[in-house]
Amino acid sequence: MDTILTINNLTKKFGYLTAVKDLSFTINKGNVYGILGPNGSGKSTTLGIVLNVVNKTSGDFNWFDGKTTTHDALKKVGAIIERPNFYPYMSAYQNLKLVCKIKEVDFSKIDEKLEIVGLSDRKDSKFSTYSLGMKQRLAIASALLNDPEILILDEPTNGLDPQGIHQIRSLIKQIASNGTTILLASHLLDEVEKVCSHVVVLRKGEKLYSGRVDEMISSYGFFELKTNKQDELIKLLETDQNFGKLKVEGELITAFLNEPMDASAFNKLMFEKGITLSHLVKRKESLEEQFLQLTDNQ
Amino acid sequence: MLRLINLELQKLLLSRVNKVLIFISFILPFTVLILSSIKINFFGFFTLELGELGIFNFPIIWHITTFFASYFKLFFAIVVVSMIGNEYSNKTIKQNLIDGLSKKEFILSKFYTIVFFSLISTILIGVASFLIGLYYSSYTEASIIFRETEYLLAYFVKLVGFFSLCLFFGMLLKRSAFALAFLFVLYIVEWLIFWGSYEAFGNADSAWKVKNFLPLESMYKLIDQPFQRIIITKYPDKMDLAYDYAVHWYEIAIVMGWTALFVFLSYRLLKVRDL
Repeated sequence: MDTILTINNLTKKFGYLTAVKDLSFTINKGNVYGILGPNGSGKSTTLGIVLNVVNKTSGDFNWFDGKTTTHDALKKVGAIIERPNFYPYMSAYQNLKLVCKIKEVDFSKIDEKLEIVGLSDRKDSKFSTYSLGMKQRLAIASALLNDPEILILDEPTNGLDPQGIHQIRSLIKQIASNGTTILLASHLLDEVEKVCSHVVVLRKGEKLYSGRVDEMISSYGFFELKTNKQDELIKLLETDQNFGKLKVEGELITAFLNEPMDASAFNKLMFEKGITLSHLVKRKESLEEQFLQLTDNQ
Repeated sequence: MLRLINLELQKLLLSRVNKVLIFISFILPFTVLILSSIKINFFGFFTLELGELGIFNFPIIWHITTFFASYFKLFFAIVVVSMIGNEYSNKTIKQNLIDGLSKKEFILSKFYTIVFFSLISTILIGVASFLIGLYYSSYTEASIIFRETEYLLAYFVKLVGFFSLCLFFGMLLKRSAFALAFLFVLYIVEWLIFWGSYEAFGNADSAWKVKNFLPLESMYKLIDQPFQRIIITKYPDKMDLAYDYAVHWYEIAIVMGWTALFVFLSYRLLKVRDL
């Protein structure tokens, strides 16, 4: 698999504060990565370092095969950090023209990318007249100008209204479906869960986990059950080796699996035991539950 | 290099405030020069024609026009300082770097633009002085016309030096207003150093020598004030007013040294700073 970014033992200190501590991970081509962590966990600092705007204290990072300089590599990267930063007195089109000059890209890309983010009809309005959602979409258009190998987004939905959030998310999914590698930093767990295939979890500058989203904790998931013979069901589940923890909330029983088991097999088993289920759902822990479990364990 | 100038020109020329300031700093000295060269009739009481004072004679015209025109550099200094200040306040400096401009290219694009505008200003003043001189000057032999054109070189070096200083202050303080205030602070500091060295050496001559090495004074010294020289040319008997008004190579070297230092320091500052 092609490597896009390798980070080795990266450390950044701001005076006494260690913002990033001994961080290592690798970004491979074609995946959608999430960097997850509470505010102040070092997400933006890490991105700032690889994007050449923050100086590292120690460690190193390589773009692509390791032979490209950061300066050249950044021309193959599209990135937005924090808020969209543009010249307020220029129109959207003029701003993108400037970015084209920096990235040495042909101007013909501008209209194409403005079309993707749906800003074509406002391209000649000044940037200062844009709403936050439009600014954010313009920033994405700007990051896409060079058809980047990797798109880096730092809190892309921060401060947006629900419609804005939805627009940005569907835009990200659309871009990801074209095969562009995406690195998305966020403190919003459901955002990462909805969009990302891989995740790096940070807390206080330290890496807690890196890998696939669905393998974050070893768990076979759980069943949510309802029946009118509740007592019988509970007794049965307590004796079954396949099940661990049980949780009863009113009519709803939550049974956690110790071994893998699918819902139809379970349903058949219950039917044989003479228990008819009125509600059966097999679920895995949400990222939020996994994240809390992971951060609590440390 | 053209790409970097092109980049910076787009940033500057699309902003109305900058356009006005650039217009003022280049067209105003030009206009003042033209106006002062025409005959002004004060309602028949008397006519004022500066040309008759002999100040538009070659070669002294080079000295006089460059001296007065250099005061208009303050307008473009505001542009220089704000082109840094705005990059910081809009955070576009960060976005520029992320988009793939290297830190070196960022500083160079500013510096090239400074050189570009200084060159335009020098050419404008050069052409204007040449034409006015041809019209008024009593001497029109080529050898006299092109004597002392080193004032144009001095003017150019002075502008580049001064704007590089503004560039450095802009990078250092990130705010346009602070940077301009710092120019004034530097002016005072130079006088304090003058006073300090006067105390140390005990005579004004040595103190002046020290001050001549300081940034603002060395830039000012490139083109000495022409008033005494005008008086001397009018009244040749006042030879006690004689002074050294020539442009010396070491004066140019000092200012170029400061220019290099300011550009380098701006780059170092950007390099070590976390944005």
